[in-house]
Amino acid sequence: MRASYDVAIAGGGIVGAACAAECTAAGLTVVVVEPGPVGGGATAAGMGHIVVMDDSPAQIALTLYSRRLWIELSRELPADVEYLPCGTMWVASDEEEMAEVRRKKQVYDSIGVKAEVLGPQALAEAEPNLRAGLAGGLFVADDSVIYPPCAARFLLERAVSQGAAVRVGERAAGLGRDGISLRDGTLIPAGVTVNATGAWAPELTPGIEVRKRKGHLVITDRYPGFVRAVLIELGYLKSAHSISADSVAFNAQPRRTGQVLLGSSRQYGATDTAIDPHMLRRMLERAREYMPGLGELTAIRAWTGFRAATPDKLPLIGPCADNDRLYLATGHEGLGITTSLATGRLLADQLTGRASAIPREPYLPGRKQEQHG
Amino acid sequence: MAEVVKLSVNGVSVTVARGAMVSAAVAASGVSAFRKSVAGEPRGPLCGMGICFECRVTVNGRAHVRSCQVPCEEAMEVRTDG
Repeated sequence: MRASYDVAIAGGGIVGAACAAECTAAGLTVVVVEPGPVGGGATAAGMGHIVVMDDSPAQIALTLYSRRLWIELSRELPADVEYLPCGTMWVASDEEEMAEVRRKKQVYDSIGVKAEVLGPQALAEAEPNLRAGLAGGLFVADDSVIYPPCAARFLLERAVSQGAAVRVGERAAGLGRDGISLRDGTLIPAGVTVNATGAWAPELTPGIEVRKRKGHLVITDRYPGFVRAVLIELGYLKSAHSISADSVAFNAQPRRTGQVLLGSSRQYGATDTAIDPHMLRRMLERAREYMPGLGELTAIRAWTGFRAATPDKLPLIGPCADNDRLYLATGHEGLGITTSLATGRLLADQLTGRASAIPREPYLPGRKQEQHG
Repeated sequence: MAEVVKLSVNGVSVTVARGAMVSAAVAASGVSAFRKSVAGEPRGPLCGMGICFECRVTVNGRAHVRSCQVPCEEAMEVRTDG
């Protein structure tokens, strides 16, 4: 073990792993401290959708940049990461949502994201298991799906091959000016520390605006071809943005295995990991409204996870306002898999004084956050 | 003579006693590999009581049906992928 590291990262989820890979690639010495299995938190619970989102200019910039990094990395990903370039189909149920399809299409056109508007017939041909009578959709071809825990492991292995140390099974108890202190009092000396512990980040850095937002997911047995693209209802825009109420939305995803991964639910204030049968039922009923045939499939597993939500729906990437030796890389909400690679790149840019490909101010922890949505 | 039902397994006609499970009909048709595992290995009934999921077949177009739990019906179409 070396006397001191340049960077000590708390959290070996996909964000911590991406930060470790990018920092070591930039020539920094890195140690990662992860109490559980690598990628065992929200990384393992999430859907693994790589998607360009257009809620705000800053969200577009981050997701588009990060999707480009994923596409560049895709050739190097091992088979168990299950990279599936299946695209996203935004599903419109009525004319109001078709207006949203056209608005979204204009946005994507303006940023060079391939997107195709489908009418009812074309949608039915593209996704035969959707119910009849839907208004249409928007197909975004270059979005994709991965299996996040294996992606986290891959990124961490890359970091190790570039010299990083990984301490699995050890829990950071504090992030101080001189490094990470562990539960048993051991200090891991480092120039800067990084809090990449997702929804648990406030435990190590009290006062930061990150809240747990619980979600449920269900996975089926293998039904190859049942779903072809990642399907998301455009009503999602209404439900995902609702800050207070519990909400569900139809979100069905094909996996390389032929399984169908079904979401989604959103709950603030629910901090226990147990499945809430009421939310699960609401979520599955919503899914069946869009895909009646789902009711005939066998579900083999259901689970929950916690997104790290911020008030303005943007992650926290950079130094704390009151401590320039403590960096944050958390608050990615439901987009942490997509935005992990860009997060790592932006963090490494900041730590090495490099220029960044996109403006980094919108994600700095000291920004003034406005409630979004 | 016991009442019988006639169904097809992989397109082959099979006649079994009413009340027999689909797993019995598949076995009677001469098929031993009911399905393939993820790794491509043959699989067939193990527990016979709906717990092990090894005997899954496609019944009337519905995939992943546990054949040991479903009684045979007249004109049923059963497919195995073993």
